[in-house]
Amino acid sequence: MTALQFVENHPLDKLIRADRMPHIWCPGCGIGIAMRCYAQSILDSGFPVERHVVVSGIGCSGRVAGYMNLDSYHTTHGRAIPFATGIILARPELMVTVFSGDGDLVAIGGNHLIHAARRNINLKIICINNFNFGMTGGQFGPTTPKGAHATTAPYGNPEMPFNLPYLLAAAGANYVARWTTLHARQLKSAILEAFAKPGFTFIEVLAPCPIGFGKSNNINDGLEEMELYRNRCELVRDGDVRTDDLVIDLREDKPIMIGKLLERNRPPYQPAQVTGS
Amino acid sequence: MNGDEACAEGALAAGCRFFAGYPITPSTEVAEHLSRRLPQVGGVFIQMEDELGSMAAILGASAAGMRAMTATSGPGFSLMMENIGLGIMMEIPCVVIDVMRGAPSTGLPTMPGQSDVMQARWGSHGDYESVAYAPWSPQEMFDLTIHCFNVADRYRLPVFLLADEVVGHMVERVVIPTPDKVSLWERKRPSVPPGEPFRPYAVKDDDLVPPMALAGDGYKVHLTGLTHDERGYPEMTAEAHHELVTRLVNKVRVNRSDLLLSEGFDLEGAEILVISYGCTARSARRAVRDARAQGVHAGLLRLVSLWPFAEEAVKQAAAGAKHIIVAEMNLGQMSREVERCLGRPVNGVFHAGGAMIPPDPILQAIMETAK
Repeated sequence: MTALQFVENHPLDKLIRADRMPHIWCPGCGIGIAMRCYAQSILDSGFPVERHVVVSGIGCSGRVAGYMNLDSYHTTHGRAIPFATGIILARPELMVTVFSGDGDLVAIGGNHLIHAARRNINLKIICINNFNFGMTGGQFGPTTPKGAHATTAPYGNPEMPFNLPYLLAAAGANYVARWTTLHARQLKSAILEAFAKPGFTFIEVLAPCPIGFGKSNNINDGLEEMELYRNRCELVRDGDVRTDDLVIDLREDKPIMIGKLLERNRPPYQPAQVTGS
Repeated sequence: MNGDEACAEGALAAGCRFFAGYPITPSTEVAEHLSRRLPQVGGVFIQMEDELGSMAAILGASAAGMRAMTATSGPGFSLMMENIGLGIMMEIPCVVIDVMRGAPSTGLPTMPGQSDVMQARWGSHGDYESVAYAPWSPQEMFDLTIHCFNVADRYRLPVFLLADEVVGHMVERVVIPTPDKVSLWERKRPSVPPGEPFRPYAVKDDDLVPPMALAGDGYKVHLTGLTHDERGYPEMTAEAHHELVTRLVNKVRVNRSDLLLSEGFDLEGAEILVISYGCTARSARRAVRDARAQGVHAGLLRLVSLWPFAEEAVKQAAAGAKHIIVAEMNLGQMSREVERCLGRPVNGVFHAGGAMIPPDPILQAIMETAK
């Protein structure tokens, strides 16, 4: 039997700004799990930590930039992707990850999201999807299921939501995956795959928001939502899934399709170059 | 070459190697010219999906070390205000060219205006000091674009070139100096090597400008649009906010003598002082000359820096003047600033825009005032 060993430091300590703790996230929130997966992926990537850059927008997920001990940029609402575009084009040798939420990336930043995917800019997007605007207190957003309740949808959300993998596949991303915060190991592997994949990559991470979304929709706490993921998630193999089956409504007893949904090799964006001048 | 092209060449001479923009009349020639020229010098030209993205992209490129610029007109300038505020708060240098056209809204896309003057001063929310220059010729489109980059880098802020359609599309001779004749001001960089403790917003110098670490340099900096402390960390207190915003404002105020530019014509013994800028100053120059020929002691003060406002130059020029006339292609934006500065009423020669104010109405105002 191996003797217990006590160590002073956690391997991820150097990647987290400990002096920024405690974080702002609510009990049961999934963002911290996804951030941990991101940090572990950076360690495992073999890519120098100094060349990893994280860019966020506004919202609970946007706070990740402030907690990672990297060159980190907490930008305006929705503009993380164009800001990151400037960085990666100025210094293509960097690994630039955009870590933000569905409200930030898909509502106010939706136009930048699809255009960066269309251009196939070499950016690694980690999109927390908790089905609502959490930081402002649980308003409906572009991923809120139709009929779900929110503080600005007291009679049920009248709008249809985006199906994010479908949207990003159509827009032109080179890599599209969906995992949940229950699937920490798979999520870490997916982020590593994204690091290794040239071009625009998009990972949707379903995450509990018990205060913002759960309480209005009969999901009592974070653990209950994790149970729900465990019971309903079905793994997609080789991208073999009907786009309609990618629609998610946590309130309905339907499978949630997860996994690597698309991988292709469109050439990444290259600025115009004139050789021999 | 025309003013827009001269501006693009000025940017290249200043070492600008990143342009992100969205086509908009009457600034499009800046983008077109740079789309051809930047790849020739190893730079990056990207046409973005809108002006929100353009502004964000130049901030990102500058945060990674490139001299970066965008060019637009009023409607796009409105969209850029959001991330201009981010540039001010994060203290990221960049240059924004606004070739002004008739406004508000879509206004007169192909025709001139000078009505973004107050937008350039106050357009983004919050307290800040703005830096904006108004060229009156293609040569100045070249020269002032370089100056904008220098000021942006030295003081770590977005700087505006407030051109107008007349100057942007005017074709005149432009002298492009050899590179050794172009003076470039450097960004202040950290004095400690990467890996050592570095506080990205710790200010040691009297100029109130903190040294700038770039993305990928290894300093692991955090930059945020939130109110922050010396470490760049969010600090949600009234004290931290007051301290930060006061420094950002004072950064421009204490260095204003470095930023102010103006030019006087016939100011000696001028009893009637005309104040103007941009294309309108060309008409004002002619009007003042004609008035002098008719025996009226008129003079012209041309404002080159609109912001900060050349308060001392205006007071000095106005000291001996009986009357002040402000000529501008809007319905009285800078004239208010002149009145505020001098504490006395001024006469305005105003036009809402669409056509350059010719010399005649300015001369007429001078002659009527002289009666």
